[in-house]
Amino acid sequence: MSAHSHAAPLQGKARFWSPGALVMAALAITGLLFVVGRYIGGLGAVTHLSQSHPWGLWIGVDVASGVALAAGGFTTAALAHIFGRHAYEPVVRPALLTALLGYVFVSLALLVDIGRSWAIWKPMIFWNPNSVLFEVAMCVMIYTAVLHVEFLPVVAERFAHGFKASLANRSWPVVALAEAAEGLLAFLNRNLGKVMWVFIIAGVVLSCMHQSGLGSLLLVAPTKMHALWYTPILPLLFLTSAIAVGFPMVVFENTLVSASFDLADEMGILSRMVRITILLLGVYGALKIGDVIARGVWPLIFDGSVQGRSFAVEVLFGIVIPWAMLLFPKVRNHRTPLFIAACMVVGGVVVNRMNVFLVAFQPPYPVQSYFPSVGELAITAGFIAALMLAYRFTVYFLPVLSPAGKEANS
Amino acid sequence: MELNRRRFLGLTGAALGAGALGKPSRVSAARAYQPPPDAYGCLVDLSVCVGCRKCEQACNQVNHLPEPERPFDDLTVLDDKRRPGPEAFTVINRYYTGRRDERNQMAPTFVKVQCMHCQDPACASACIVGALTKKPNGAVHYDVDKCIGCRYCMVACPFQIPAYEYHDPLTPRVRKCTFCFERISKQGGKPGCAQVCPVEAITFGKRSELIKLARQKMVDDPGRYQPYIYGEKEVGGTSWLYISREPFAKMGFLKLPNQPMPHLTETIQHGIFSYMWAPLSLFALLGGAMAVFNRKRDQGEDKS
Ligand code: SF4
Ligand code: SF4
Ligand code: SF4
Repeated sequence: MSAHSHAAPLQGKARFWSPGALVMAALAITGLLFVVGRYIGGLGAVTHLSQSHPWGLWIGVDVASGVALAAGGFTTAALAHIFGRHAYEPVVRPALLTALLGYVFVSLALLVDIGRSWAIWKPMIFWNPNSVLFEVAMCVMIYTAVLHVEFLPVVAERFAHGFKASLANRSWPVVALAEAAEGLLAFLNRNLGKVMWVFIIAGVVLSCMHQSGLGSLLLVAPTKMHALWYTPILPLLFLTSAIAVGFPMVVFENTLVSASFDLADEMGILSRMVRITILLLGVYGALKIGDVIARGVWPLIFDGSVQGRSFAVEVLFGIVIPWAMLLFPKVRNHRTPLFIAACMVVGGVVVNRMNVFLVAFQPPYPVQSYFPSVGELAITAGFIAALMLAYRFTVYFLPVLSPAGKEANS
Repeated sequence: MELNRRRFLGLTGAALGAGALGKPSRVSAARAYQPPPDAYGCLVDLSVCVGCRKCEQACNQVNHLPEPERPFDDLTVLDDKRRPGPEAFTVINRYYTGRRDERNQMAPTFVKVQCMHCQDPACASACIVGALTKKPNGAVHYDVDKCIGCRYCMVACPFQIPAYEYHDPLTPRVRKCTFCFERISKQGGKPGCAQVCPVEAITFGKRSELIKLARQKMVDDPGRYQPYIYGEKEVGGTSWLYISREPFAKMGFLKLPNQPMPHLTETIQHGIFSYMWAPLSLFALLGGAMAVFNRKRDQGEDKS
């Protein structure tokens, strides 16, 4: 992993508390207040969930979209490490970090969403192999652990040397502890590289499993799903869309981060990367459109219903237009149009997940229709803001980004 | 990326082997689930029910549910269509289907609603921890000690039955008709609702016997019933069965496929995960790709 050595912490090179970071902190605190409310008054107090709509915004966005958007982690790892395109190394670490934080926050969101948060460990003991949710939960759990291992070299690189030095004038127990930690990290730094390939491949396999598994979740309720989304290939659509959104997600975060820290961006790498997206997004789009045609349900798109319009928005703005945009070198090679196209792909996947979990879900006896409450929105916004802060914090103190990205890939 | 290629290829081979071995089992991985042969059930004869709500009251008592806002003898409750909920496992709904009685008045038909205790329950297949299980006596039983509150059972149930205690912050439960599991586990025991019904609209017995009984009723009283037993085939069959004078579609009964709901998901799950052949094959494939692509690179250029 020698190509990683260009990465460096941003500490000292940029300000941590930018105005944007302060806004994020405010959002995170607001979200936290609503979380407290949820643990005082129950889910009923802060959400619009009902007996007919047991899953809401948190499952559609925080969990399903969160997992999909973390796909940058395994797609870049596959590209750079498995398919040997090492020129892409500078974006692997940031994408890995996004994935890692993404999964941590998906787990936190689930913790808040399930009624008995303290029982979240029970699926490890009580197995139901028939349950899609069980499979997804297991994969997510193991994959989150794998991501931590994949990220270890970054921590090791930072602290393997000079951990002790920074503590030179502390009392001896502290120094001894630091010495032990340093030894362990140095050991990991030396030896982890040799077995890392196992974790990298395992990460890709686990990702494929649970990305598609999320799509199987609603197949258990065929009579409650709108025909535009209920298809036996839903798992395949979830997998291909996750793979397709991986690189646009890297473009998205890379552009935001370099703007926020005022760094040189990785345009050279990003432009080349999204050429692959044309193929990946094309495959997803072809499957998606081919599916509604093959099943003969496409006229429902034009029946004027919310569902029809939602489907049209998802396909048009999330797949067709950004795909066409990416065909043009002018779009791929320029920061702003590329960012816009990437945003549309990312947004399209989020809309898709919301469509599948919320819009397509039609209970036979609706007690009331579902629209997310202020509390649900605040907690979702809070989680996203907290994730961004955690990302900022990590790249500030650990060698994740390659500030001299332009030199690194020359 | 430093690879110990020989060990790597060895492992890859092992994984491929496992994949190849696993593959044939996919054929046998078709669902093996069989509904319990001796399941009990209840046959509800809608042409007999008078809508007295005694079953609601009995259910409330045997399950120790909280006192309702409006008493059980208040029949104006029937003016609204209700659903079972966390505090009422069964409800009676009133429908006017257009039928007229002897005095040419609009005649009501009453429908008792509760968990159908499906033979191949979607809720049980979905539940992440297996807290919901189909018991040999027919009851779909909920074990609160396993439940984590994910509410996937509610998403899965085609009859929209499981209800949730949304206002409990830490220990909410999924609530639904228990089929009076404890009572019917005892010799001669009957569900509270079936026992109390003054007009014997609810018959408790072996499901197979109840289907025979329903057919017999149709033969004995020609023209009284629709020639259909609701629940005999729906979603693979349910322990609770209904016969009726009026078409079921007019009384809130759902038109559901005969195929059990878990069929597709479980076929996919077992197809992919039998002996883990799919994940292992993918692992091997990617491992192979990794070896090939990284060798090319090592030969092509100096390692940086
Ligand atoms: S009716 Fe619903 S809750 Fe009852 S057994 Fe069937 S799937 Fe489960
Ligand atoms: S809410 Fe409880 S019973 Fe329902 S699926 Fe989740 S764990 Fe199982
Ligand atoms: S079987 Fe028992 S729990 Fe179910 S409706 Fe009847 S009395 Fe209530």
